Amino acid sequence: MSTEKTIAIAGENSLIVYFAENPSAAISIEIATTVKKLKTYLGTTLIDLVPSYASLLVIFDPFKTNHQSVRRAIHTAIKDLNKIANAPEISSGSLVTLPVYYSSESGPDLQSVANTAGLSIAEVIAIHQQTEYRVYAIGFAPGFAYLGEVDLRIATPRLATPRQQVPRGAVAIADQQTAVYPAQSPGGWNLIGLCPQLMFNPKISPSMPIAVGDLVRFEAIDKTTFENLGGVL
Amino acid sequence: MNNGLKVIKPGIYSLLQDGGRYGQHSMGLTNGGPLDRNAFRWANLLCENPQDSASIEVTVGGLVLESTVTTTLAVTGADIPLSINKQPAPPWQSHSINPGDLIELGFARSGSRAYLAVGGGFQADPIFNSVATVPREGLGGLHADGTALKSGDLLPCQRIENTSLWQLPENLRADSRQNSARLRVVLGYQQEHFSETQQQRFFNSGYSVTKYSDRMGYRLEGTKIIPAIEGILSEGICLGAIQFPPDGQPIVLLNDRQTMGGYPKIGSVLSVDIGKLAQLSAGGTVNFEAISIDQAQSLLTENEKQFVSKQLLKLCL
Repeated sequence: MSTEKTIAIAGENSLIVYFAENPSAAISIEIATTVKKLKTYLGTTLIDLVPSYASLLVIFDPFKTNHQSVRRAIHTAIKDLNKIANAPEISSGSLVTLPVYYSSESGPDLQSVANTAGLSIAEVIAIHQQTEYRVYAIGFAPGFAYLGEVDLRIATPRLATPRQQVPRGAVAIADQQTAVYPAQSPGGWNLIGLCPQLMFNPKISPSMPIAVGDLVRFEAIDKTTFENLGGVL
Repeated sequence: MNNGLKVIKPGIYSLLQDGGRYGQHSMGLTNGGPLDRNAFRWANLLCENPQDSASIEVTVGGLVLESTVTTTLAVTGADIPLSINKQPAPPWQSHSINPGDLIELGFARSGSRAYLAVGGGFQADPIFNSVATVPREGLGGLHADGTALKSGDLLPCQRIENTSLWQLPENLRADSRQNSARLRVVLGYQQEHFSETQQQRFFNSGYSVTKYSDRMGYRLEGTKIIPAIEGILSEGICLGAIQFPPDGQPIVLLNDRQTMGGYPKIGSVLSVDIGKLAQLSAGGTVNFEAISIDQAQSLLTENEKQFVSKQLLKLCL
């Protein structure tokens, strides 16, 4: 499973590590583990990290360290990965369960997703809940987590014309990705339900219930439970 | 009762900014902060502040403030006329401000962004350790919700009395009259997917700034550059990254950029040149020059030096 990892320059104070050509659960775990290690190795010389599907951007303080030192730290961090690949302490992520009110009133594209898939709405809802999704990346907007991978049977391409307004909490599918919109925004994903849990709340810490590398499971709730949990239609 | 500067008119677009918001990319938060960081730092130093104190980034101009406090004030950056109580006041130096004073900024004769600092900096509650305003994220600013300054806002600041006034020597002031910039680039990211010919075309061509340029990124127009790949798996984007969407026209990503993206990138513009780019207005011209990592490092150090040794001239009044 040892894929060739490469390190490239990104900018004057940043390097990007490519872990593999394609994303996978194993790669995601390697990236999350590297994030932890680099935080320790680089300490206050580290400015920020951007973990993504199959890469990790490392941004450092150029007045406290330099490209050579950071490159060495990265080498050390990724060299250890194979050694610990089967160890129990690796960062396999926590499992977070998110409640979803699936229905045509909370998920206006549920019917069209079912039509595209040639399935019933109930089957689409069941299949969406069957997978434990990996948090591959967080970006696009504060708290927007890209979860994968959606069962091919319900994978649905993006809308031809994005909506001007997708409500906060919308649970959506785009191809083999799924996500919960953390705030009202424009968006082109297929909406299949609403999640009453806030995905980004700057007023509390931690501000997000999930991080890159975690696992997410969706659990259907009824309208009353949705409203009791603070959900608004 | 808070004292400070009252916003009479917010102007075209005025944002409270400090050094920026860092260490939050893992939640998808961008940096914010001043686009022309050098001009921003000078404004603060002229007011005897720590360099990253909260100040106002004024885009194009039109900001009018009324003071309820005794303090000092300095404006740097774009050439925007400043007047205090209807009397023209020179930029790039600090001025004494008294309660009742009217501070007016006109509109840019050249450059796009000016920085207005006050003694002690503006006081606002930070969110994720920063007051930097990022409207797209609804974070930062006076009300911590990402809103730009608006009429009626009171920007709280301390009472500062009997302080010295300073001026930046002219040779250290950035000159924005040309509306053109040469940007130095550290090659990287998907550089190997740009053929030798494409790279030569890129570095030998002039580009012009389009009107679709903002704090997220500057969209340029000129010689089309087509990399060997159309898209990549979404990955982290650093400040100054130059990306090429399928139309082949470069976008230089700035302080409010999205943290991830899937267009191929040839490298990144040196941070000290971002300010030069951000001062350009639509129609301004840009060209690029590739430099090595070692050159980049020494240019950063050189730029930093000027802020370490105090170079300001004391004004005798």
